[in-house]
Formats: sequence, C-alpha cells, structure tokens
Amino acid sequence: MRPQNIKEMNKKTKKASRHTSQNEGLIFEKSSPGKRAFELPSLDVPATDPAKALGADHRRAGIEGFPEVSEIEVLRHFTRLSTWNYAIDLGMYPLGSCTMKYNPRVNEFVARLDGIATEHPYQPQELSQGCLKIMRLLEQCLLEMTGMDAITLQPAAGAHGEMTGLMLIRAYLEKQGNPRKRVLIPDSAHGTNPATAVIAGYEVENIKSESHAQIDVEKLRDLVTGDVAALMITNPSTLGIFEQRIPEIAEILHSKGALLYMDGANMNALTGVTRPGDLGVDVMHLNLHKTFSTPHGGGGPGAGPVAMKKILEPFRPVPILVEKEGGRLALEPVRPNSIGRVKAFSGNFGVLVRALAYILAYGPGVRQATEDAVLNANYIRKQLEGVYELPYSLPSMHEVVFSDAIQKKNGVNTMDIAKRLIDYGFHPYTTAFPLIVPGALMIEPTESESKEECDLFIDAMKAIAEEAATKPEIVKTAPHTTRVRRLDEVGAARKPVLRWKPAVPRSEAAD
Amino acid sequence: MRYLPKSPVERKEMLAAIGAKSIDQLFSGIPERFRLREALKIPGPYSEAEVIQYFKERAAENSDGYTSFLGAGVYNHLRSVVTDAIIQRGEFLTSYTPYQAEITQGTLQAIFEFQTLMCQLTGQEVANASVYDGSTAMTEAVLMSERLTGRQRVLVARSVHPEYREVLKTYAKNSGLRVEEIPFTARGTADAKALQAALKDDVAAVVVQSPNFFGVIESYPSLAELAHASGAMFVVVVTEGVSLGIVKPPAEADIVAMEGQSFGLPPSYGGPFAGVIASRDKFVRQMPGRLSGQTTDSEGQRGFVLTLATREQHIRREKATSNICTNQALCALTATVHLTLLGKEGLREMAEQNLSKAQFALSELLKIPGVRRTFDAPFFNEFTVEMPRSVKILNSQLLREKIIGPLALGTAYPELTKHALVCVTETTPRAEIERFAEALRRALERPI
Repeated sequence: MRPQNIKEMNKKTKKASRHTSQNEGLIFEKSSPGKRAFELPSLDVPATDPAKALGADHRRAGIEGFPEVSEIEVLRHFTRLSTWNYAIDLGMYPLGSCTMKYNPRVNEFVARLDGIATEHPYQPQELSQGCLKIMRLLEQCLLEMTGMDAITLQPAAGAHGEMTGLMLIRAYLEKQGNPRKRVLIPDSAHGTNPATAVIAGYEVENIKSESHAQIDVEKLRDLVTGDVAALMITNPSTLGIFEQRIPEIAEILHSKGALLYMDGANMNALTGVTRPGDLGVDVMHLNLHKTFSTPHGGGGPGAGPVAMKKILEPFRPVPILVEKEGGRLALEPVRPNSIGRVKAFSGNFGVLVRALAYILAYGPGVRQATEDAVLNANYIRKQLEGVYELPYSLPSMHEVVFSDAIQKKNGVNTMDIAKRLIDYGFHPYTTAFPLIVPGALMIEPTESESKEECDLFIDAMKAIAEEAATKPEIVKTAPHTTRVRRLDEVGAARKPVLRWKPAVPRSEAAD
Repeated sequence: MRYLPKSPVERKEMLAAIGAKSIDQLFSGIPERFRLREALKIPGPYSEAEVIQYFKERAAENSDGYTSFLGAGVYNHLRSVVTDAIIQRGEFLTSYTPYQAEITQGTLQAIFEFQTLMCQLTGQEVANASVYDGSTAMTEAVLMSERLTGRQRVLVARSVHPEYREVLKTYAKNSGLRVEEIPFTARGTADAKALQAALKDDVAAVVVQSPNFFGVIESYPSLAELAHASGAMFVVVVTEGVSLGIVKPPAEADIVAMEGQSFGLPPSYGGPFAGVIASRDKFVRQMPGRLSGQTTDSEGQRGFVLTLATREQHIRREKATSNICTNQALCALTATVHLTLLGKEGLREMAEQNLSKAQFALSELLKIPGVRRTFDAPFFNEFTVEMPRSVKILNSQLLREKIIGPLALGTAYPELTKHALVCVTETTPRAEIERFAEALRRALERPI
C-alpha cells in the first residue's frame, strides 16, 4: 500500500495500527544435530539394548529430518507463529454460525487440575466418581436447557453429534420395522448435515426455502412420505431467523412417523429463552465449542453431545452413565439396543469439564448471555441496514445476514469486504455461507462484545462501504497490512506441498 | 456477570438505537407460548473461586495419589511445562479454523509442521491436520480404503484395540461394510495364515495394530504383502506413538491411523486426543479432514493455506470424503510443540526408557511364583502376563496399597481370563515397579 493510503487509513481505523512481527522459518530449517530442548531423568533400571529386545527387523535407527533445537528456540518459534494469528483475545470475531465468544481462563485452569487431567479412562470407577459426577451434572444442565429427556456426551464434535443423532433415528425406525430411505435437508443447512446423512446410510433430499427463508410448510406436507426418516433443521436458521412454524413442522413429521432433528449450532440464540424439546424436536446436538465457550483452538477440539426424547433413549451409544444405589455413578458398557460406540473411551472429557465450568459461572443467568448476543446482532443490523443490503427482513436473533448486492455494482464482493475488514483490525465475518444468499455477509457478534467494540466494527463496515463506492480497488486488493498478501490457493491445490522435505537429499537412507 | 461487557445503561442505549422497547421484543420471532417464563433449574452463578472449588472437590474424588499400570491406548508420559505455556497463548487457544489465511499463518504453519512430523514418524508421505482420535482415525482409514478399492469387506485383527473395533462396527452398520476379525497366534501377533485364508479379491482393507493391544510388535512386511496380493489396502493402527522413536515405522502401510495422545496430551479421562491419518501422496484426494499446504502470496512470499478443500463437507456436501468439520487442532498443536521439544534424541531416549522399564517390570513380575508371560514376541512398553488367580480380585487387593493394577483382559478376550495387560512408561519409578511386584507377590501368597 502506498504511504498516503496508510495515512488516510489510519485516520479511519480506530482499532488497528501497524505493528512489527518477526519472520520465522519452519522449525526443520532451524535444526542442527546435537541440539535438544528436553532432557529425561536418568534411567533408574538397567538399560535394555533395543536391537536385542526388539530384534533387528523391528529396530529403527533414527527419525530422518526430526527437529533438533533448543528450548529457547522452540519457545520463540511458536511465540512468533502465534503473533501471526488473529484471536478472540485480540478482538471481535464476527464469524456467523461459529459463535466465537470469550473463552474464560478459569476453564483452562480447572481442566488441568491434578485429579482431572491425570485420570485414566480405565481406572476403577470407584476412583473416578469425580469425573463421573462432572459428566452427570453437565448432562443434567444440558437436559434442562434443551428440554430433552436423555443425552449422550460421547460425540467429539458437532458433525460427530449429527451422525450419532441420525444413527439413533435409524436404530429407532429399524426397531419399528423400516429404517426408511431419505433425510430432508433445507438448502440453508450447514454442509455437515448432508455429509452426515450419507454416513448414516440415508439419501439426501435438499428442500428449497420459501421466499422468507423459512421452511415451506405446505410443501413439506407433500414431501414427507412414508420413506422419509427425518428432517434436519437448523434453528434459528443459518440466516439467524427463528423457524416460527417449527411446532407445526414437528407435527407433520410425527404424523408420518418421521422424526425432527435439530442442528444445535445456533443454540446461543435460545439458551434460557426457549427449549427445543418444548418445540417438538426429537433429537439435537449441541456444540460445546460454540454455545458453551470451550476454546476453538484453531479448529478444535470440540464436543457434540446429543440430547433426545425418551423414544430414542434405548439406542444411545455405550457406555451409558447410570446412577446406582447410594448415588454411586457407573458407566455401563452393554445395552442391547445401543447403536454401539462412536468413539473410544468417554468423549472429549477435558472439553466437557470446560463447558461445565462455563455453565456454573452463569447459572440460570445464562439467559443474559443469550439476550446480549441477540442485542448485539440487532444493534449491528440496525446500524448497517441500508449500507449493506438486507435480503431477508424477518427479525434477526443472534446473527444477521447481509448481501453484497450494493457493493457488487462497483465490482466489490463479500470476500473483498471481508479481507478489507482485516485491515481495520477485525476478523472477517462468514462469507461462503449460507448458500441461499448470494454474496452473503454473515455476522455473529456474540454476547462477548462491548458496545464500544460493536461501534468500532460498525464504523469499519461503513468506511469499507464508502471505499467500495469511491475507490473499490483498495477493497479488491485487501488486505494491505498483513504479513502475507492474498495467497495462491489455486496453485496450492494444483501442486500440493503438504510437508517439508530437506532441500538436499541426505546420503543416508531413511528407514 | 463478569464475562459480559455491558452496563445496564449501555443495554438501554442499544435497545433505544434499535428502536425496541424491551429485550423481549427482540425475541418476538419465538411464539409466545414457547418462551420460558421461569429461570432454568441449574446450579450457579459461581464466582471464579467457587468454580475452582467445585472442580477441586471432584478431583479429590478421583485417583490422585495412586500409581497406575494402565495403558491400553492411553499413556502417561513426561511433558514439558513449555508446552502448556505455548498452547495457552490466546493467539493459538482462541483462534478459529484458519480459513482466513492472511491472519492465521501461525496456526497454518504449525499444522504444516505437524503434518511433516507425522510423516517423519510414520514413514508415510502425507498426513492430515487431525481427526477426533485413534478410533475414528482407524474408521476413516477403512472408509478411505472402501473409496479407493470400491470393495466392502474388511479384515481386522482381533489384536486391534477392542474399543476401536467397536467404533468401526458402529460406522459399518449403516455403510454396507462387512467387518470380519482375524485371530491372533500363540505369540500374540496377527495370524498370517488365517489372514491368507480370508483374503479374496473383495477385501478393501486389512487392519492391524502395532504395537498391538497386547503390546506386541507386528511384522509389517509379510502382512502387507498378503494384503497387497489381493489388492487390499494395508492399514496400520498405532496407539502408542512413542514406540516410533525406536521401532521401525509402518512404511509398508497404505494408510496409517494413529492416536497422538502420547505426544504431550494428558490422559484426561479419555479425551480430547488427536487422531492422525497418514498415507501415500497418490491417495491424498481420498483423505478425510483438513490439510495445510504451502503456497506463495501475491508478492512471492512463502505462506500456507487450507487446501484440497474439494474433498470436504463445506464444499462437497453429501459427496464429501467425510463429514468431519471441527477436528482436534489444539491437540495437534500440543503434539507439534511436544515433539519439537523432545526432538530426535529426546524421542529416541524416551522410547528406550519405556522399553527398558517395561523389560525390568516383566523380569520383576516373572520372579513371582505362578506369574507367566502370555506371549513371547517382542514388545514395547506393554506386555501381558497370566496370573494364577482372577486379575480383578488381585487388582482390588492392590488398590488397598494405592496401586491401580494392570488391565484385566477377560472382558474383551474371554479366552484370556486371568491375563493382564501391564503398562510401564518412563514416568513409572523403579521403586514403584518393585512395590507393585512386591504387593502382587503378597496378594498371591494370601490363601484364597
């Protein structure tokens, strides 16, 4: 970017200023034989000769190319890399459908306690009552929030929960005599929904939304035939709009023996305000890494508990957490109708710990978080309406979806605006989604943003809209202030380079 | 509430700006009769001190203060405090999936380094950015084999972790996969003869684990040859990654499905861990999960992006290679930092210490009258022994001496009642191994 542009830009951006970040190569490029960053206590038993114990056939000489660096180099390497990331700890992360909220640090602290992080899944259950009580209390809290009858904490993420939920439906229908063939999925759904339905052995039928982006209930009546197993619905929808006729939708499905699955990705709009179980939902998953604030960590880990109505309870994945006499808790490994295990051991326990810590901090006051999330989204909607086109006018809940229709006239699309937002000190909103809005700007501020941060975001979005009208080039070539510019994604996919290799092939053969 | 950054005045100002009379008005989209009138019946609100107190009380109800000889897919290893210092940096901890490459180069480069480390360890050419855990990695490896071969029969060694096999069966039920099991020999290895007899040209994958569930190291080349002769994929499962510091990597495998827990991830009652899929370059387009790839920016600088996304659910929807979206990124970062700290020498030394301690423990246990080794094949840090009495009863006696005894194998393998799987790592002091042997000797000397 030319210097005058920087000056001009600095006038407008109240949040970001330029900073220096360090250059840093790959760790393998810093390696030199003989350096080390870790020393073990000396061995207190006689040393075994690996060649003798393992046999020459099994013995490995060494790991070609493995790093050899010192402790300070490791610390600096990863600290430098970390400064190249944007994070919630740095500012607003308005990614629609991702619910990037504050990750309380006490949750990290308690997950690392001795007696929590140190526990082995196969230790005797009488020595695991603390872990099992944590799981039990989390189950009870999630059931109260969802209005459901039974739950499994085993799935490791949202998509894994979806799969578990559909397997429950399939097992239930099979027990009725016919697993049925198809799962209906609205065109506004997240991509995991159709991918999951296939793994559960179902054909996917995509259904079109009516003009107000709600499910077309009249059409649904015709679509739900005897071979439909379930409808997968996201509520609020990916447009941030509540499906107002959901009880009616549930009735239509139930009258034909089909079930209603709810993707709980947007539970942050509902917690403490309404309960999916009361709305007629039969089974749903929760993303603990969204609504319940467990850190996203650059892509995971998450947890995707599945809550369900009584009819699905017999099919839950084993092991099942049960209460025995005297309040003793136990994990039961065998249930005749269970779909089986979906993951080894007892779920992402460390994530469950963090989610419970979050819930306990709020208690019933979690409703305030929901209200603030909806307040922030509506405040942003109000301030940006007209600046950006609002394709659907129904009330927004925790997120708002605009389109780039106004800016498109000057050749500026949603991706350009998103990338320009980076220069203004924000993470982009969601761009590629939902598919039913061409050029979508999907904005979810969450409750973690102050009025000040929302105002800064609104100012930035207005400034970018003005740039798009007056000097679109600056938006189209953004970002200008990052350490790398737009990256060649096509080249990356055409000739994939997916690992580091030594520049000069070494003489000794890799083993 | 301390996590919410708004004053009552600011809430009012924002409502006024929206033109809403009350917060309830913003929820008008939800039919009145479905709106909760009463507060949720959940405990709290807790102050920070109360949250800590609650979890400390729960921790005290667990196994703190006991010495454990459990492994079976979850291992205790030393980890440097440096690892937590790095992964708790907010820039890693509170960052999203790196779809916006310009402001997530830190995560993307770290994943690229993780992929490289996994290739170096496994002797494979390409590794993904993680799946949920070892059990789902194995299942994804089988599904990948199904796509690559167009076949649906799968042969899995019974010496593969029992819970991993259960997970595979859960997935298989709906996908038309037919899973058959291959027995183990008297030495504890996968039965090559039985495998040969079962192999036909309809087999998608042959799955073995090494070190296997009994701790025994399998011989890859002959098994791989058998699988390949029938056109099947040869899938190797690794649950104890530290073994790769001194044991030959499964270079003959077409797909390696590994559990990364041993690389700096605490046992944490079973998760979160990190599953790894590593394979051949030629199979990359059938791999599940995210991949970080090297590229250049518009000024020619090196940078990294998520690549080959046309395999994934957000692009391909129902035609994706897997439904996985959220993975175990922070766990993969933990493994990356941990392995970088260990380095070439550290990992080798850690592996050698495991081997030495397990050998020592075996020799101590074999001194006890009536205790016999089950299998004589080479092992790494776990081995099985036959006890003259019920393992469960012996273990309950050991518990009184604050020892969590070895895993009883009878539940998963009825033919191995009275056999136990003993795990010893570099974290087990010699004195504790001796105390365990001594306690076991005394327990066996007691009249029944």
